Amino acid sequence: MTEIQAGPGAAASAAPGSHQTPAIELDNVVKEYTSHGEVVRAVKGVSLAITEGEFFSLLGPSGCGKTTSMRMIAGFEDPTQGVVRLHGQDVTSVPPNKRDVNMVFQSYALFPHMSVWENVAFGLKRKKVEAAEIQRRVGEILEVVDLTGREKRRPKEMSGGQQQRVALARALVNRPRALLLDEPLGALDLKLRQAMQIELKRIQRDVGITFVYVTHDQGEALTMSDRIAVMNDGLVDQLAAPREIYERPATKFVAGFIGTSNLLSGSVDKVNGSTAVLALGPSDRILAPIEGTVSVGDTLELTVRPEKITISTAKPEGDLSVVQGTVSEVVYLGTSNSYAVVLADGAEITVFQQNAHDSTITAERGDTVWLSWQPQHSYVLR
Amino acid sequence: MRTLRARLTPYALIFPGGLWLAIFFVVPTLVMLSLSLQSGNVVDGFAFTFNWHSYVDGVTTYHDQIVRSLLYGLTATVVQIVIGFPVAYWIAFKGGARKSVYLFLVLLPFLVSFVLRTISWQFLLSDNGILFGPLKDIGLLPQDFRVLATPYAVIGGLSYNFLPFMILPMYVALERIDPRLLEAAQDLYASRAQTFLRVVLPLSLPGVFAGVLMTFVPATSDYVNSSVLGGTNTTMIGNVIQNQFLVNQDYPVASALSFTLMALLLIGIFVYARALGTEDVLEVAAR
Repeated sequence: MTEIQAGPGAAASAAPGSHQTPAIELDNVVKEYTSHGEVVRAVKGVSLAITEGEFFSLLGPSGCGKTTSMRMIAGFEDPTQGVVRLHGQDVTSVPPNKRDVNMVFQSYALFPHMSVWENVAFGLKRKKVEAAEIQRRVGEILEVVDLTGREKRRPKEMSGGQQQRVALARALVNRPRALLLDEPLGALDLKLRQAMQIELKRIQRDVGITFVYVTHDQGEALTMSDRIAVMNDGLVDQLAAPREIYERPATKFVAGFIGTSNLLSGSVDKVNGSTAVLALGPSDRILAPIEGTVSVGDTLELTVRPEKITISTAKPEGDLSVVQGTVSEVVYLGTSNSYAVVLADGAEITVFQQNAHDSTITAERGDTVWLSWQPQHSYVLR
Repeated sequence: MRTLRARLTPYALIFPGGLWLAIFFVVPTLVMLSLSLQSGNVVDGFAFTFNWHSYVDGVTTYHDQIVRSLLYGLTATVVQIVIGFPVAYWIAFKGGARKSVYLFLVLLPFLVSFVLRTISWQFLLSDNGILFGPLKDIGLLPQDFRVLATPYAVIGGLSYNFLPFMILPMYVALERIDPRLLEAAQDLYASRAQTFLRVVLPLSLPGVFAGVLMTFVPATSDYVNSSVLGGTNTTMIGNVIQNQFLVNQDYPVASALSFTLMALLLIGIFVYARALGTEDVLEVAAR
């Protein structure tokens, strides 16, 4: 059993891709519901392997199947098809109270008739741990979540952030093989949410337990996760590290869901080795790195992140993607400016410009501007 | 102007109900209190004499009926908890979209008059009626078997007649329990039985508490069930009071008995609330 231990070693030792048995495995899992006589497929065949000690996020819009997938790991839902494994062991038909994973519920689900101490001790008591050991471990975990001295409080006497930490302690005190978190920060305000993100990450490093984190907040997933599975309509669209997902979105959906991204499409004009040249308008040229075979005349879809684009009033020189457009909106965002630029074909492009040196606005509404970016920042969607 | 109105609003809200209770509860209660301390008879009239002997006479003469009423009321209450809790639980957690239909079914007997319902029980339970007649004919029950005019019939009637008052408050308490709490308990290694004992039961106790109050009091002071379903050895204190008022017209004793019953019920409720006060119960259950 995983021991709670301080120190950075615990989480770092579990890099994705190592050859140990995955902590959690979903093997082609399907979940169907019958609702009003109609069969709804909430999860349509998800396979993923979560590594020991990893901070893993299931990210997607509501109704994408992320919560259902997590509930199948916890044991609250029986998969219609497929296998759930915990540490290599098939637990598909094991009830939740016999699974060595614990869950932090969306609205915490703290027992309102119990004090903080009783809430946290609940799992250990059910496992018939010795009283002295319970006392010690509850004290220890309350220290980890910074709630020492509040043992006698009732949940309703505590703030949202404190309740959140009680919920976390109540699950972690059992030293589960994995901790499942269902949108745990959803009910908190922005400031507190950001503080808790850092706090959660610290706790995860300290205890070294696998965290599976369900969220619809892409920012949250990007900051906290070792790896993210982006889910859409009951399927995993992409499973990769945050940087990979942001820089190289696998599908149009992922590109649109994660951050702001500009979608462009055009037909291939020329192929120079591993670079395709797309023509949009007469003075436009988009360079994009390609994988596999692309021939002249093919239509390609690609994305460019707003912060990769440079906006200028003069036509830029060099081996860059260059498009011309008209500024339709300028928004001052403090640390950056955001421009909306409409291209000749009607596509709207968002550009972020850092206010690193001065806050001068390059162009005003209605100006004709040039947008340019490095070829490698065009990312072709499959 | 506005502050005056704001200050008067709470009083305006309480006024109709307060007036109602003052006229139809407080005044008659005071009249009865005075009556219980008067002496005399219907022919010569009554006079206020601080005659507290009516209390002593009432309690010594009808001691058995008082004890019996408390016993019947208590038994009926326990029977109702045993029958009602699973019903309330089932509607609250498994009722799904049809919860209100099931609640309506629970309340359906209320559409028939209380007395009529009790009389239909009399039909049902009569010695050679539709229930026991055939069973006796085929020899499943002995010929002298009877339920009517026994304590079982009276307690059964009491339990049946007040059951909705037990189910509704329990349902309300159970319905308010977040189903995620049950999942959380399961997630924390609790079996179904432990989940029920540690989470569902303690959180539903306020409802049980309210249900007991709403059924024990009327069941204990009821006289209809005993007079329709009971016999001479099942007379409850309600029957005695009714008799003293309407037949013997001994108003002082009848009033004294009413007050004695009221005092006993108040003491009972107070002790019950103290012993089983919701807050304390929750403390115990959490351990």
